[in-house]
Amino acid sequence: MLLSEMRSERTENERDGMIEYKNITKRYGKNIGVEDVNIRIEDGEFIFLVGPSGSGKSTFVKLLLKLIDADKGGILYNGYDVTKLTPRKIPGHRRSMGIVFQDFSLLPKKTIYENVAFAMEIIQRPKRTIERQVPQVLELVGVADSARKYPHEISIGEQQRVAIARAIMNNPKVLIADEPTGNLDPETGWEIMRLLDQINRRGTTVLMVTHSREIVNAMSKRVVAIKDGRLVRDELGGFYHPEEDDEPAPSPEGALPL
Amino acid sequence: MTGFGVALKQAFSQINRNKMMTTASLFSITAILLVLGVFFLIVVNINNMAEGIKQDFDKIQVYLLDEVAPQQSEEMMAQIRGFSGVDTVSYLPREEALDQWKVKWGENADLLDRMPTNPLPNSIIIMVTNLDYANAIVEQVVPMEGIEQVNYSQDAVDKLLRITRIIQIVSLIIILALVAISILVVSNTIKLTVLAREREIVIMRYIGATNWFIRGPFLLEGIIIGAIAAVIGSVAVGAIYYYVVGHFGMDLALFLPNGFVPFDFMVANLLIIFLSLGICVGACGSIISMRRFLER
Repeated sequence: MLLSEMRSERTENERDGMIEYKNITKRYGKNIGVEDVNIRIEDGEFIFLVGPSGSGKSTFVKLLLKLIDADKGGILYNGYDVTKLTPRKIPGHRRSMGIVFQDFSLLPKKTIYENVAFAMEIIQRPKRTIERQVPQVLELVGVADSARKYPHEISIGEQQRVAIARAIMNNPKVLIADEPTGNLDPETGWEIMRLLDQINRRGTTVLMVTHSREIVNAMSKRVVAIKDGRLVRDELGGFYHPEEDDEPAPSPEGALPL
Repeated sequence: MTGFGVALKQAFSQINRNKMMTTASLFSITAILLVLGVFFLIVVNINNMAEGIKQDFDKIQVYLLDEVAPQQSEEMMAQIRGFSGVDTVSYLPREEALDQWKVKWGENADLLDRMPTNPLPNSIIIMVTNLDYANAIVEQVVPMEGIEQVNYSQDAVDKLLRITRIIQIVSLIIILALVAISILVVSNTIKLTVLAREREIVIMRYIGATNWFIRGPFLLEGIIIGAIAAVIGSVAVGAIYYYVVGHFGMDLALFLPNGFVPFDFMVANLLIIFLSLGICVGACGSIISMRRFLER
């Protein structure tokens, strides 16, 4: 990327957690992933991404993480175009985001403490920093008492809290949550939502993929609906429209593959 | 702990968790190195032999007829000294020639003692500065008077050089094929550990680990496997060579001018070659096996 282009983008997006998709298209062979998507997500926003399985939610998220390459268009974020990142810059890009998966993705052979510390070890933070920050974050998400336990020894609600702790460990500008309540009972789901809301209030942009009508309706945040790869609705304080969901129960198919 | 320390710890725990496959690939690579090593032994010795034989051909031996008087031979030698490409010219009396044979034959020398008369003629030994001159010198010597036979063969040298070249090329091809096979073996082993840790690798990628951070432990795992195989292989090939030299060294020295390449020299070189080869094979194997899990 030219230096002059970078400068102009910086002035356009001086705020860190802002994301802007511009004419993004991604096809898998003949199948459409997303088609000509344009959206601007402001810094510090809380946004729900809804739509049936296979509608392109996953593709939408993967493009942002640069796990896949777009066919057309650009994604402006943090002063650069995500679609033009060179392989060397991808790790740094991902470090500026936190990711929570539907199935928690904790490593079974590591303790809760180690699972969270792992996120910082990976980016080679000094041991002292890790030792100072992990307990703080575990405290923040409310699982400090379970630090020495293994994932199978705690409830799934707690496991999801640990996954969130890991995602926010490196102080991300954007938190991506892919169906974080998909495997949880409603009450536990609400606890997780309160936690995400709390993180959002601290200034982190939260992008949450979900199937849960109750949550979307109750939270009253911005809702973006995708169908067949196209954005079909984008409303602030929107409600979940039943006709946009062609399946009765949440399905893990739309989750990021692990 | 440093990044390297973390990777090293991880590599050893992977090897430990995957004992069966690690052992299997360790044995495969050791076996391949063994074959490679035997080839190496053969090639180096053939080269050494060829070198020795070539040195023998620096020498042209001119057998003189018995009736040639010492004074006449002096004149011949003076004449030969004038030819280009001649280094030294010396006279070898028949008695001395016989003594040389006795020394060469060692414990079998008594066979020569049983001969009724000395079968060897007096001769003039011409040392050549360069093998290329040998043919021209021989051509000039042959027409001289009083000569029974000139002992020299350019053909033999050419043939020898050609044969050694072929052996070198063939063994190089075999060595390259074996190296390719061992890279495949290592990459398959590592692929298994990669698959076992696929979840972890995906999480690492999502969180933003660099390729080298993810690759580190696997790279070290490959290198450790390669290095261990190299040490085992060197010891095994060394033992084989020690046995062969010990049992056949004396016999071979009889008809090979240089005998075997010394054991110490051979094994030291073998270890260096095996270690670098093992480490390269291990590293290549692990990089190949990880490719599809990382950022292109």
